Amino acid sequence: MSSFWSIWITVLTLGTLVGCYLLLRYCLKNFVGVEEGEPTGHVFDGIEELNNPLPKWWSTFFLLTIIWGFGYLLLYPGLGNFEGLLGWKSSNQGILNLSESKVSVIDAKEAGMLVQYDREISAADKRYGPIFEAYAKREIIDLATANDDEAISARKVGQRLFLQNCSQCHGSDAGGATGFPSLTDQDWLYGGSPEMIKATLIHGRKANGMIAWSAALGGEQGVKEVAAFVLSLSGREVDAKAAEAGKVKFAMCAACHGSEGKGSVEMGIALGAPNLTDNIWLYGGSQRAVESSIANGRAGIMPAWDKILGEQKIHVISAYVYSLSQE
Amino acid sequence: MTTTLDHPSYNFNVVRQFTVMTVIWGIVGTLVGVLIAAQLIWPALNFDTPWLTYSRLRPLHTNAVIFAFGTSALFATSYYVVQRTCKATLFGGKLAAFTFWGWQAVIVLAVITLPMGYTSSKEYAELEWPIDILIAVVWISYAIVFFGTLVNRKTSHIYVANWFFGGFILTVAVLHIGNSMVIPVSMMKSYSIYSGAIDAMMQWWYGHNAVGFLLTAGFLGIMYYFVPKQAERPVYSYRLSIVHFWALVSLYIWAGPHHLHYTALPDWAQSVGMVMSIVLFLPSWGGMINGIMTLSGAWHKLRYDPILRFLIVSLSFYGMSTFEGPMMAIKSVNALSHYTDWTIGHVHSGALGWVAMVSIGAMYHLIPVLFNQGRMYSIRLINVHFWLHTAGIILYIVAMWISGVMQGLMWRAVNTDGTLTYSFVESLIASKPFYFMRFVGGVLVVVGFLIMAYNMFKTIYAKDNSLKPVEIT
Repeated sequence: MSSFWSIWITVLTLGTLVGCYLLLRYCLKNFVGVEEGEPTGHVFDGIEELNNPLPKWWSTFFLLTIIWGFGYLLLYPGLGNFEGLLGWKSSNQGILNLSESKVSVIDAKEAGMLVQYDREISAADKRYGPIFEAYAKREIIDLATANDDEAISARKVGQRLFLQNCSQCHGSDAGGATGFPSLTDQDWLYGGSPEMIKATLIHGRKANGMIAWSAALGGEQGVKEVAAFVLSLSGREVDAKAAEAGKVKFAMCAACHGSEGKGSVEMGIALGAPNLTDNIWLYGGSQRAVESSIANGRAGIMPAWDKILGEQKIHVISAYVYSLSQE
Repeated sequence: MTTTLDHPSYNFNVVRQFTVMTVIWGIVGTLVGVLIAAQLIWPALNFDTPWLTYSRLRPLHTNAVIFAFGTSALFATSYYVVQRTCKATLFGGKLAAFTFWGWQAVIVLAVITLPMGYTSSKEYAELEWPIDILIAVVWISYAIVFFGTLVNRKTSHIYVANWFFGGFILTVAVLHIGNSMVIPVSMMKSYSIYSGAIDAMMQWWYGHNAVGFLLTAGFLGIMYYFVPKQAERPVYSYRLSIVHFWALVSLYIWAGPHHLHYTALPDWAQSVGMVMSIVLFLPSWGGMINGIMTLSGAWHKLRYDPILRFLIVSLSFYGMSTFEGPMMAIKSVNALSHYTDWTIGHVHSGALGWVAMVSIGAMYHLIPVLFNQGRMYSIRLINVHFWLHTAGIILYIVAMWISGVMQGLMWRAVNTDGTLTYSFVESLIASKPFYFMRFVGGVLVVVGFLIMAYNMFKTIYAKDNSLKPVEIT
């Protein structure tokens, strides 16, 4: 802030505290003009006021808090631009993104780590880092399936990290929700190998995006026909005539979902186009929901967790997620 | 208890209106509170209806309690006290009646628009801009009536209760207008002219001083008249009232940043807010000492006078909340308490314990005086109300303390590997029994208010002067 505002804040802050002190001193003296304990002489609707002195414990305690206030403002940031004698900061309030934050942690270490947030982060890294380093030395598939103590504890750690970071979308039991895939089945949008899971977590995923097909399919009738065919792929009972008509139009869908509708994973490409033959429906499997997906399009996003959790924690979460579909 | 109308030209009509509405809005406000408390245990109670959802009813609850119940009590008592202690009738003629009807219109508009989902999203300032303008107009009229009466006073000094009423009326006007500065985009939608951390700071400068001036200074005004009146004792210390009044109003206005500890608010503002909150502790207690010590020589009255009991217990809760508040403003305590139910417990020890009890006591004192009776219809029912209300508050606060501290500890618990021990939903499951306990406490408070309403209407509709004061020997 500019030096004007800095002085403004300092003067007002100190002025308030000094004012409180002077007020207290003034009222400690008997200025009322009558003996202590006597009525002041004013009467309001029958109410009198006594001229009792301030309770001693009260005025002493008040004075002590004022003195403490000056002390705190001397040690900690408070008086405008004055940073306080301790140089303490809660965080680097000027930083704008995670990478700046990481740099600031390193700087703080070199500068004696006075910023509280950075100090706490680096203390946590130091304390817990070795645990995750040990996990990172083992393969994901090993951590996910082995039954030794370390692997079992790794999966528990992975579960807790999952609950705190992933469950908001994928559910506490990883069973998913409409628009958010279940992680407990064998149906993977981008591949279910340990390496693919880890890659998904690190970089995030952005579905290629299914466009709105309504116009291209000739409106409602076309959408209904394709929906009937798609549902029939999962063995659902549908109007055979509509499905027959839809089969022809499905050629347009095959580019992403494959000619048999088995999805982009089956084709070995990461488009995020789901398998349509397993009766698992990311956006709902009712006829209406499928028609809506076709007519209006869909596009899901999974955020990248690399900068938030770091590679080692993602390694452990990947092991946990992989283990879910192996049960 | 024998205060008679010795000055026929006082305007008590508006006082009567606000007094009755205080009780009515007390029922409405607490009833909505109990409903949303129940929704936290049984979510189906929103009946899948948008206007019955927690998110819309919660602001209705807070607005009904603070601005309908609490502020009606302040209007009633300040209009009564300023006339009697200044020996002057209300200034401004029909303007006082306008403040009554205007304020009731504000409340009715809140009852309609908040469940419909219209909100500015600022806590305790949710009402949209057209209603905000009405509030400002009514409030400025209130100030004209109040200060006009002060100017016309027939006494040489201004009584301490009026310092507090005056201080709260002036500051609330500044706070409301300052925080409600918006750019309207349609009849019921607007955007704040402040942005980011500045907007947050403005909001909590307003929010904390709604507590500090409306719910503390205003109700201290009530205390300074009704405690000495009901106890029939002089005010303990004139000098203490001077130092605690000026220190309280000058420190409170700084305390807002303690709502924004460990946020994007600059460190200096957080520090200043914390320092001022702690220095505020003793000035706050000055009011409690002055009230409780006023009782010296009359302690025996607590045995048989439930109205005095309401007033004195309110001061105990006031003392407790004003100790708890500065403590929670300390950053390291706040790191545990913030965002937990502890805050809810703290607020309700202030709202149910201090604000409601001192208002209820004042209303029980006022109703017989205003409606030409020697006493309330039933003293026994006042006593029943006292115990229901007290038990309700204790259940409520204890439940929220346990639940709040538990949430704070669960959220920060870490395993040996550095991961958090509990997921958020586990802390909710752990809180559930305490939500039930809180609900029971709330029900007791509502039942108490219903008994009060019965007692009030029985008193109002009794034949003039048919209820004779009880002589205590």
